[in-house]
Amino acid sequence: MHRSSTRSSTRRSTQRSLRLIVTGLIATIALAVATVGSAQSKLNVVTATEDLAAIAREVGGDRITVEPIARGYQDPHFVEAKPSFILKLQKADLLVVVGRELEIGWLPPLIQQSRNAKIQPGGPAYLDASLHARILDVPQGTITRALGDVHPLGNPHYWLDPDNGKLIAKDIADKLGELRPADRAYFQMRLDDFQKRLTEAEKRWTASMAPFKGAKVVTYHQSFSNFADHFGIVVAGYVEPRPGIPPSPQHTLDLENQMKQQNIKIVLVEPYFDAKTPNAIGRDTGAQVLVMPPSVGGVKGTEDYFKLFDYDIAQLVDALKKAGGGTR
Amino acid sequence: MRTTRWLIGCLVVVALVDCRPAFAQAGQAGDTQSLRQDITRLRQDFEALQKQYNDRLAALEAKLAASEGAASPNAAAPAAAAPGQPAQTAQVPTGAEGAGGPSGSLPVYGGASASSKIFNPDIAVIGDFLAAAGHNPVNPGRAFEMHESEASFQAVVDPYARADFFLSFGEEGVDLEEGFITFPTLPGGLLAKVGKMRAAFGKVNTLHNHVMPWTDRPLVTNNLVNGEDGINDAGVSVARLIPNPWFFMEATGQVFRGDSGNLFASSTRSDLSYIGHVRGYHDITEGTNIDVGGSYAYGHNDAGFTADGSSLVTQLYGMDVTLRWRPLRRAIYRSFVGRSELIWSRRDEPLGEQQAFGYYVSGDYQLARRWSTGARFDRSARATDASLYDTSGSLLLTYVPSEFSQLRGQYRRIHFGDEATANELLFQLQFSIGAHGAHPF
Repeated sequence: MHRSSTRSSTRRSTQRSLRLIVTGLIATIALAVATVGSAQSKLNVVTATEDLAAIAREVGGDRITVEPIARGYQDPHFVEAKPSFILKLQKADLLVVVGRELEIGWLPPLIQQSRNAKIQPGGPAYLDASLHARILDVPQGTITRALGDVHPLGNPHYWLDPDNGKLIAKDIADKLGELRPADRAYFQMRLDDFQKRLTEAEKRWTASMAPFKGAKVVTYHQSFSNFADHFGIVVAGYVEPRPGIPPSPQHTLDLENQMKQQNIKIVLVEPYFDAKTPNAIGRDTGAQVLVMPPSVGGVKGTEDYFKLFDYDIAQLVDALKKAGGGTR
Repeated sequence: MRTTRWLIGCLVVVALVDCRPAFAQAGQAGDTQSLRQDITRLRQDFEALQKQYNDRLAALEAKLAASEGAASPNAAAPAAAAPGQPAQTAQVPTGAEGAGGPSGSLPVYGGASASSKIFNPDIAVIGDFLAAAGHNPVNPGRAFEMHESEASFQAVVDPYARADFFLSFGEEGVDLEEGFITFPTLPGGLLAKVGKMRAAFGKVNTLHNHVMPWTDRPLVTNNLVNGEDGINDAGVSVARLIPNPWFFMEATGQVFRGDSGNLFASSTRSDLSYIGHVRGYHDITEGTNIDVGGSYAYGHNDAGFTADGSSLVTQLYGMDVTLRWRPLRRAIYRSFVGRSELIWSRRDEPLGEQQAFGYYVSGDYQLARRWSTGARFDRSARATDASLYDTSGSLLLTYVPSEFSQLRGQYRRIHFGDEATANELLFQLQFSIGAHGAHPF
């Protein structure tokens, strides 16, 4: 009994030591490593998407560094909340988000774990880029999930309207000026220049699209509402029966009948969706299927905000010409 | 005769009364004008007096209100909080006014109005329905079971904290699965949680049922880490990122009361349990990453007491590895998650220490937007009798109609250490309503 008690006491002592060692190790690792990061000369801007990153680069110039989280070729609704993004957010001087619940499935836990007080929602370095933009498709009446994965606060793909691009840029420039007052004039100058160039490009894009005003297209997801509204085309149907719900055979059949009746000859597909169903629709209706990126970086040749519109409009105009100069 | 006299008398009286206006009219005709003038003068005097008292009363009320306002600057805030909206009010109870209480009407606090809903937490409910068929002589479970209805309430508390509550409703009772406050921006890069929470021991222990890739929990969890409830206790958690140039690293330290079902049991206030966890994560490519963790848990158990009177101890050591692959361009169609957890248990028993080991290895492959398959192999000794090993294999098929519902089938075969064998087909239907939660990672 005595020997057993001694053995037990020795073991407990060893366990205590081991526990202390493990706890000590964790504490040492946690506290001994010095905190990295001192005052940086450039503002470190993190954006939710590449579109916002492209606009931030336009107004921030060489006074900021920009890192997007979601890539242009991935579905921005379904980004994985990887811990490596926490590290980006931890060091962010400014976080710009698309808002309208686009990032609701992945950004909140990242922000929460970032240990960065400034970028918490409502914080001085948190910017919701949608606040002054023109938002479409705000659902009216009774809203339930029977409508699909609807965004109760409106369509979050609003950056595909150049006028909204200007408003987003202004919000970013104002926020950058707020965070770095010494560079306020610089950001304002770059904003003016960006808006001027965008106005000029917009004239070019509008002129290209003008002959096709009222042309009808079908898109996979509700990504192009603002684009269609700005450039005068009509989105007459969607490959998805409801937002976020994959295509069903019955809906596809109904959509094909509608396209035949209304002589719709173009289907736009975001690069991250499977083109199998759109291609089948194309075969059945004779429509052209275009992989049309809604985001900067979605495909090669869309590396900035201007190139995105250049690419999309060139593709669309080409397809509309082939379709016979307008599918009204 | 007497009657006749009485009648005549009455008639005379009636006649005299009936003739009274005629007499008055005749007697006062000349004074009517002066009487009217008197009445008009009296009325004017009365109205002047009334006005004088009203003015004095208003002045006194204004003075009183000013002195009350100075004493309590917030007193008028509720009324001013919603300009343009009709204030919801209630009358002062009878008698209260005279007793020196408030006068007039009172604001109704908590009354329904659009603005009062703004601060309500995000609310969601996730239902978990289970069905089982086949043969299980050890732990047969029920044919149909509304296994869990998890209600979540999540909101920001103030500029410094947020709160999360998860209430787990079974068919027969309710339990606080988790309820904690998080301080996300403490000095020193610390992230602190206080409340009841799932401990940061390995992977499975941190996961709620609805984000598990299976209908059940692995044998190693059931045998060594308190089954479905796991290490889930009230206490304090502190986590810190460890800066380094190579990969994401986080260290977490937790202290709990020391009660976690059959794993830890505290018999005194000092019988606390301690959890330590270190996690490393690295992106191998943009679509592939590896997640490695090491865990340690220490607590007292209910097996008995040592010679010096303190309760016996259980220690757990864990290691987890997760490999994920999800190509960004096809992220909603294809993915793979391979995972393994290894757990060592050292449990003091009155007759000596039991050293048990268990592990699982699983793989889940998403083959289409709505379909995924999976397999899992488990093997684990029992915490109280390490000589008995249970072994299990499972095959899974999952169908996801939308982000908010999911159907899953699992074939499971378990060979229990005492020779019994179970062959089962498990079915699960999950569905969620309410606020859109974060996607599991």
